[in-house]
Amino acid sequence: MSTLYWEEEIETLPRVGLESIQLKRLQSLIARVYETVEPYRRKMDDAGILPEDIQELADLRKLPFTSKEDLRENYPFGMFTMDLEDIVRIHASSGTTGKPTVVGYTENDINTWANLMARALSCAGASKGDIIHNAYGYGLFTGGLGAHYGAEMLGATVIPVSGGNSKRQITIMKDFGSTVLMSTPSYALNLADAMEQMDIDPASLSLRVGIFGAEPWSENMREEVEKKLNIKATDIYGLSEVIGPGVAQECLESSGGMHIFEDHFLPEIIDPDTGENLPPGEQGELVFTTLTKEAFPVIRYRTKDITTLHYEICNCGRTLVRMDKVTGRSDDMMIIRGVNVFPSQIEHVLMGIEGVEPHYQIIVEREGTLDTMTVEVEVSDSLFTDEIRGLEQLTSRITRDIKDILGVTCRVKLVNPRAIQRSEGKAQRVIDKRKI
Amino acid sequence: MRVEQIAVFLENKSGRLAEITMILADNDINIRALSVADTADFGILRLIVDKVEEAEQVLRDKGFTVGKTTVIAVEVPDRTGGLAAVLDCVQKIGLNVEYMYAFVNKTGENAVLIFRFDDMTRAIDSLQQEGFTILRASQIYNL
Repeated sequence: MSTLYWEEEIETLPRVGLESIQLKRLQSLIARVYETVEPYRRKMDDAGILPEDIQELADLRKLPFTSKEDLRENYPFGMFTMDLEDIVRIHASSGTTGKPTVVGYTENDINTWANLMARALSCAGASKGDIIHNAYGYGLFTGGLGAHYGAEMLGATVIPVSGGNSKRQITIMKDFGSTVLMSTPSYALNLADAMEQMDIDPASLSLRVGIFGAEPWSENMREEVEKKLNIKATDIYGLSEVIGPGVAQECLESSGGMHIFEDHFLPEIIDPDTGENLPPGEQGELVFTTLTKEAFPVIRYRTKDITTLHYEICNCGRTLVRMDKVTGRSDDMMIIRGVNVFPSQIEHVLMGIEGVEPHYQIIVEREGTLDTMTVEVEVSDSLFTDEIRGLEQLTSRITRDIKDILGVTCRVKLVNPRAIQRSEGKAQRVIDKRKI
Repeated sequence: MRVEQIAVFLENKSGRLAEITMILADNDINIRALSVADTADFGILRLIVDKVEEAEQVLRDKGFTVGKTTVIAVEVPDRTGGLAAVLDCVQKIGLNVEYMYAFVNKTGENAVLIFRFDDMTRAIDSLQQEGFTILRASQIYNL
């Protein structure tokens, strides 16, 4: 099978040509952002950098980083380059202390995004004629609509099935002849289980390939998905702050890793502790500068995702740099069933309940195919009641408040005072028992 | 007329109950009555002991969450229908039982019913008016 390119010229452009496009776009971005986004201008002024100082790509390193905290401080629209009038779409991702990270798109941004998603789909071997079963959630989350627009631009047939109701999903897959599955990898395993329960042989379906992302997954999980669903499983990467899904995609002929669409997103790898740039091939924190986004560009955005970049040309002929599967985080963020969760959010909820001690622990496990989160809370004398009902009200209140703020259902386990180990310095808040 | 009961939070972990009873034994505290209420995730141990303050202190010192509540002890003859008579009266008065447990005292003649009601004052007054025997705290602790 020959490689499917969506935009062959740019996808196979020699690095010199790519870098010249990147530089031109970077210079225009910095000038525009300096002009229109006050928080960026202030940071650049503080660092004594002017847009004219960006003479070559390496000059990017002179610019300050942008973090999730910056976005939060300027909630909701403070980092946008323009008034809402010219913005046609808003998305948001879960954020700490209940404030989501809000991102905006112009009409051009939506087109760029759709185009890059179409590129990602091609990269995974999908084309016009495919029936794309999109089980990413539709809504504020970028997954559903991002993948949807890309699949439409590709000319494929999209089934906007969204998440949940696995049995119905399988009936649709069977009856509509879905060929490409897009979902989180854990949901793919969930679908495989449901198929087994319904006694449906995956080989009897038309599914050929899966595009899986929005949460960390391992090579073992890939093997399991491929075996259970009888498909080729590929990896996609994206985050709403950068654009959503379609930042990087693994190709079918992969020499390992996902191709970053570098003509739009300029990647760097830094040492998360010092902020120094690391040479190619070294593992560190991934940092992105969006080169073409209009409404909500980011400059040197720290993703907190740990990975490695590979610049060697891929078997597929694409010159675009490849990033390894994300192996971890440089902060304490957890991804539970596709939702970003910070321990500080849980702490915030607990502290809002009178009598709850600031001692808690979060235990993350994978039961079957689904992530589960248990929050252990110490029962202080002031929380205690001799009636079961009182304690059950407490646990259901904590569960409800966490669900309201984070959108994730957790189990609350009450434990004895001092049952949670006190540590010197930084408390170990999270015990992640998932084998990813 | 009110009896002090201590309640201890039981984490869902093996050996908790044994640990508590051992602590009480080591401190020469005698358990007069007990009940365990449990759910899938945790339990509550309710105890009536001879030395309330001491029991509360030693358990707290050992890291347990301890609470103190008042209950009433109703004495009825240990024969068929003894409990039913009390509950029938409780229902007629319109009292709500939060929880209850019972034991038979040493002589075997009488049964003691431990009650926690939503309205304790009204419960005491009404049950006494109806002629039931409510034990004093000292009678229970020294049974």
